[in-house]
Amino acid sequence: MNFMASKQPENSLLGPESDSQRTLYPYVTGTSVVALKYKDGILMAADMGGSYGSTLRYKNVERMKAIGKHSLLGASGEISDFQEILRYLDELILYDNMWDDGNSLGPKEVHNYLTRVMYNRRNKFNPLWNSLVLGGIKNGQKYLGTVSMIGVNFEDNHVATGFGNHLARPILRQEWHENLSFEDGVRLLEKCMRVLLYRDRSAINKLQIAKITEEGMTISQPYSLKTYWEFSAFENPTQGAVGSW
Amino acid sequence: MVKQQANWSPYDNNGGSCVAIAGADYCVIAADTRMSTGYNILTREYSKICKLADKCVMASSGFQADVKALQKQLAARHLIYQHQHNKQMSCPAMAQLLSNTLYYKRFFPYYSFNVLGGLDNEGKGCVFTYDAVGSYEKVGYSSQGSGSTLITPFLDNQLKSPSPLLLPVQDAVTPLVEAEAIDLVKTVFASASERDIYTGDKIEIVVVNATGIRREYMELRKD
Repeated sequence: MNFMASKQPENSLLGPESDSQRTLYPYVTGTSVVALKYKDGILMAADMGGSYGSTLRYKNVERMKAIGKHSLLGASGEISDFQEILRYLDELILYDNMWDDGNSLGPKEVHNYLTRVMYNRRNKFNPLWNSLVLGGIKNGQKYLGTVSMIGVNFEDNHVATGFGNHLARPILRQEWHENLSFEDGVRLLEKCMRVLLYRDRSAINKLQIAKITEEGMTISQPYSLKTYWEFSAFENPTQGAVGSW
Repeated sequence: MVKQQANWSPYDNNGGSCVAIAGADYCVIAADTRMSTGYNILTREYSKICKLADKCVMASSGFQADVKALQKQLAARHLIYQHQHNKQMSCPAMAQLLSNTLYYKRFFPYYSFNVLGGLDNEGKGCVFTYDAVGSYEKVGYSSQGSGSTLITPFLDNQLKSPSPLLLPVQDAVTPLVEAEAIDLVKTVFASASERDIYTGDKIEIVVVNATGIRREYMELRKD
């Protein structure tokens, strides 16, 4: 248990001065991340958008990064907080490497570390405004987990953040199965990302898919999905609606 | 300029129900495996049950991050106890520790609704039930979580305990045998899943008795 004395002015919810010391709301945000386990490891997809409220301000944001030899981290939410988390993890991996003992932190360990970091920040009422997806494979064991900004964490065969939970998870629950091939996994992720592109206004049509296997992590070049906007129902959307235009 | 109010809550309710029933020489602890947030299901296979000591098992529902932190706290304290006393903590001892740990955060509580089950020092089943800030009581059976309002009245009907106010003090443990208690637990969860949206997917049932701890599962409705 932490026995530090309570630092009243900084942590309290009272007083406007203390507000400048903690996160109140996010500024530049990334939207959904979707990931699934497949035969050889983990596949993860995220678009490259960084929104500033309703403006699509940045269109070249890489929201997935390799962590150490065995893990892949994807983040949605505040981009600057994601960059801060990457700095924390850099230090973690550095110290792990400095032991030079042949052991290295696997995805389970990194996920646990991130969970503790997120939870502790939430306890101080100064959260890192992110939903994180941590996937990886070590010694043949695949791992895929997620942590939210208040520290809620779990692992599963497929995970998603933000809108992905509403739009992608149902598709994954229906179509995911054990031992997906790489092509099938990518096809499934693209199906999810296409739905998100159609229906999430903060999504952009420029995405990357990252793969992590026992051999290592590779991330695709940014590409866009084919979309179809000629559905007849959208051609004269107000045809049947009296009084609308 | 009106002062900005917090637009995020440090708490969330991840739902689920927990039950525990104490018998003469066993204790059954069960919880569903669904983790939700709002109207979404996050995962269907999340365990809410944690083994704290050899003969002491806790099931908790509520805010999962707090539950996890609480479990870690207790596990760490148990390890220290083992180093200092060269033995496992008994269930009543762990019960007190849990109460104290919860009350420690009385002014920023662990949003965790717990039932602790196991065997006491004589090998008799015992169940302790808690609120979020550590108020606890030794009982013959208990349920906590989103389905507790549906489960408790049914358990009252099937396992009616003598009042703890009566003298001489009467045994709270149920006369049911282990198999009957497990069957009752399965029935109770099947009923709760019908009407509580946060309960479902699967039940994890842990049985603590003289031979040790064993685990079994039962499928529930997925809707």
